[in-house]
Amino acid sequence: MQLIECPWCGRREETEFHYGGQAHVAYPADPAALTDEEWAHYLFFRDNPKGLFAERWSHSAGCRRWFNAVRDTATYRFHAVYRPDEPRPVSS
Amino acid sequence: MNPLPEHPDVLWRNPEPKRSYDVVIVGAGGHGLATAHYLAKNHGITNVAVLERGWLAGGNMARNTTIIRSNYLWDESAAIYEHALRLWEGLEDDLGYPILFSQRGVLNLAHSLQDVRDSVRRVEANRLNGVDAEWLTPDEVKKVCPIVNTSQEIRYPVLGATYQPRAGIAKHDYVAWGFARRADEAGIDLIQDCEVTGFITDGDRVTGVRTTRGDIATGKVALCAAGHTSVLADQLGLRLPLQSHPLQALVSELLEPVHPTVVMSNAIHVYVSQAHKGELVMGAGIDSYNGYGQRGAFHIIERQMAAAVELFPVFARAHLLRTWGGIVDTTPDASPIVGLTPYANLYLNCGWGTGGFKATPGVGWCMAHTIAHDEPHPYNAPFTLERFVTGALVDEHGAAAVAH
Repeated sequence: MQLIECPWCGRREETEFHYGGQAHVAYPADPAALTDEEWAHYLFFRDNPKGLFAERWSHSAGCRRWFNAVRDTATYRFHAVYRPDEPRPVSS
Repeated sequence: MNPLPEHPDVLWRNPEPKRSYDVVIVGAGGHGLATAHYLAKNHGITNVAVLERGWLAGGNMARNTTIIRSNYLWDESAAIYEHALRLWEGLEDDLGYPILFSQRGVLNLAHSLQDVRDSVRRVEANRLNGVDAEWLTPDEVKKVCPIVNTSQEIRYPVLGATYQPRAGIAKHDYVAWGFARRADEAGIDLIQDCEVTGFITDGDRVTGVRTTRGDIATGKVALCAAGHTSVLADQLGLRLPLQSHPLQALVSELLEPVHPTVVMSNAIHVYVSQAHKGELVMGAGIDSYNGYGQRGAFHIIERQMAAAVELFPVFARAHLLRTWGGIVDTTPDASPIVGLTPYANLYLNCGWGTGGFKATPGVGWCMAHTIAHDEPHPYNAPFTLERFVTGALVDEHGAAAVAH
């Protein structure tokens, strides 16, 4: 079972966590100005890379807080975890 | 049980890619091969290459649990899956090749009052669409599948089930090989070990594909790459509402025939059938995170096994033989995307999530029509990319008799 590092609690088992999909998807600054197509992209379209992916996780069976991670979707290895108010770390 | 068939020495040629084709299909899995077959059979289009980065039918086609059914809730889904099921019923004759299609029925168990209501609703919806469906009480479930634990004392008791008698399983490899053989006989080139690494475009048209075996010019391109469709589309700058996830399956050692049908349970999420050879074949839901690694998390297997043993106490001493993962591309409404794209001659077939195998002949038929006529077949017309903008979703989440 994979261990995932919560920024607040440290390394815990994967089963304590809930996946939240792509990170850094900003709510539209001016929602009323969006076209249907722009709304569709905000609601339904996400990146789906084979490789490094910045995504959200929640430590749902622990501190219950959300955090971000950079994970490789081909190897499943976590390269970084960071708090929601922190920028995505530069990783290679 | 049917005896296993004898194989001819060579099922298909292994040609060098030509420098141009009328149609290039990317992905030699079940959907790509079925598309090739129906292009030749229904439309007389045979100057076609099917490109495969690995080996023929070695991706999800080799990694699924082979269940075939058409008991979907919404009219659009019932239509395309029922079209597929009717083709399955004649497929051995069409392909001239055994596929061990066994219409042993599928039970979808209900474990809560809400499950019961949803299931009965789906039975009625199926009947209105000409899909065979029945609601069974726990005692009737026991008659169809005596090894199901119908005790009301377990954590998630069986309160009944929907039953589709025409549903069943087929031998997935033989299905692929049958389509491949027929497509090859028609003159279509099946090219393995040929990865598409990019596209050549001219305005709103794709004029060729770049591959690890050189550039290939083409009049039309069909993407049939399942979980890796996003990776391909990214090379065109085409963003799709897809998320790729690992979906795991497993088999037991070979056992005597004990399981006469297919049993699925959405609430506790396991589905089980017994292969012709004797393995218990089991699947569950997708792993939650995005992934392309063709493997998944152990706790998913653990939960699935716990569910299986509670439902089938007789399995408690069966040994797990092996597990594996496929990569499935899921959409926000749990329905596929099949049809046209912003590129005039690029056709898309993706987003089948956990349910692509059962659709194989049906989607091949529809894709071939879409490619040949530059417009969708009525059965795939609802499954547009535009539906995510227009809002005309085909929302099968929780309705399709299994979670995606």
